[in-house]
Amino acid sequence: MGLSAPDRRTVSYAPESQEGWVATRLDFLVNWARANSLWPMPFGTACCAIEFMATAASDFDLARFGMERMSFSPRQADVLICAGRVPFKLAPIIRRIWQQMPQPKWSISMGACASTGGMFDNYAVVQGIDTIIPVDVYVPGCPPRPEGLIYGIRMLQEKVKNERAADKGTRDEMEPDPSSQLYIPPSVIDELGEPFGNSVNQTRSGL
Amino acid sequence: MSRFEVVKTGASASGDQPSTQKKLSHRGEPANPSVQAMQQKFGGAVKRAEVIWGETVVYVEPASVHDIIRWLHDDPSQRYDFLSDVTAVEYRDSEVPIEVVWHLRSLPFRRFLRVKSQIPKGQPLEIASVYDIYRSADWLERECYDMFGIRFRGHPDLRRILMWEQYKEGFPLRKDFPLRGRFSRSEQLRQALAQNPEARYSMEELTIADAFAELPNDMRERLSKGERTGE
Repeated sequence: MGLSAPDRRTVSYAPESQEGWVATRLDFLVNWARANSLWPMPFGTACCAIEFMATAASDFDLARFGMERMSFSPRQADVLICAGRVPFKLAPIIRRIWQQMPQPKWSISMGACASTGGMFDNYAVVQGIDTIIPVDVYVPGCPPRPEGLIYGIRMLQEKVKNERAADKGTRDEMEPDPSSQLYIPPSVIDELGEPFGNSVNQTRSGL
Repeated sequence: MSRFEVVKTGASASGDQPSTQKKLSHRGEPANPSVQAMQQKFGGAVKRAEVIWGETVVYVEPASVHDIIRWLHDDPSQRYDFLSDVTAVEYRDSEVPIEVVWHLRSLPFRRFLRVKSQIPKGQPLEIASVYDIYRSADWLERECYDMFGIRFRGHPDLRRILMWEQYKEGFPLRKDFPLRGRFSRSEQLRQALAQNPEARYSMEELTIADAFAELPNDMRERLSKGERTGE
């Protein structure tokens, strides 16, 4: 029984000149371990948090996917689950929690409000947490059912399983612009926050 | 004398046990007896009173609000010892003045009274604070200031309470405030991220040491034995 070449269909991402069989198998092992022991940092601000609690409780049993332990300290957490709307007053707090989490880390935006601001298109609510922190998986719904959240978590596990140790870029900490503290250009944020649907009649004055 | 005393609900009330009233008419229910006493005591400062769905609303002059509420709190025949809300109303029509509303409840007499005072627009929105009468007015008046921009004279710590303290866009519940705020989304986010979350609390909010002498006896004893509240 000798060493055989890796299956090209499953490890097609590995350039043969850089990575060999050992590196890809090591990636597989590390990613398998990481994907099945994601510790969530719950950031529950609204009704989505109730569904999140239901997901963690016995009926849906999040522990089946390696999320046995809720990590209420960001320093021991792997995935930030933002469940609920984030008002502007919480923006620096969720930013700081994200920065306190050690690499490797991922984030899930759970529900319509966390992802887009939802129905709260007003002066007080952030129009999508992706304007504050990078987001890996968006779970739609208002609120999403536990099955929806579990589907999002399984998608995140797929993402984790396809990462490569050789690709340093995925684990770099994103540094916000020092003057404005924003990750993405202001014009993009304005575009994301544009009114839609019934609310186009609302006007904004000044600036 | 301690600031606290035990009040038995309905101790001074006459009549039956309390029950939820049914079949109230919109107008014409009997007014709260405090209104007549107020009119005798303060005369013209009490402008008018109306009863809507059994609840009495009294309109008073802004200059006399503090005296009237002080009297309602202190007088042994009134004893409005619970301030349940301080808020304000701005009407759609711009010429209608802004109303400040106090919800007072008398536990011994089982009475409820809504006191309103109208502040004309076009001048600084100012009215006397009732913080020296009711400590509960502290955060209620801060919220009213935060949302409507009404300044309460004599409030010891009139800062914003719901929006962050450096919030620059104005007062969100005023009719001239656009629903999405005055600034663009990116500018709002930039200013929100620039706030310092740990600079919000005054020392008084972080310690109960100053209030120790004013706590009820049993609580003082429990605290002095080393018992701690939650957290």
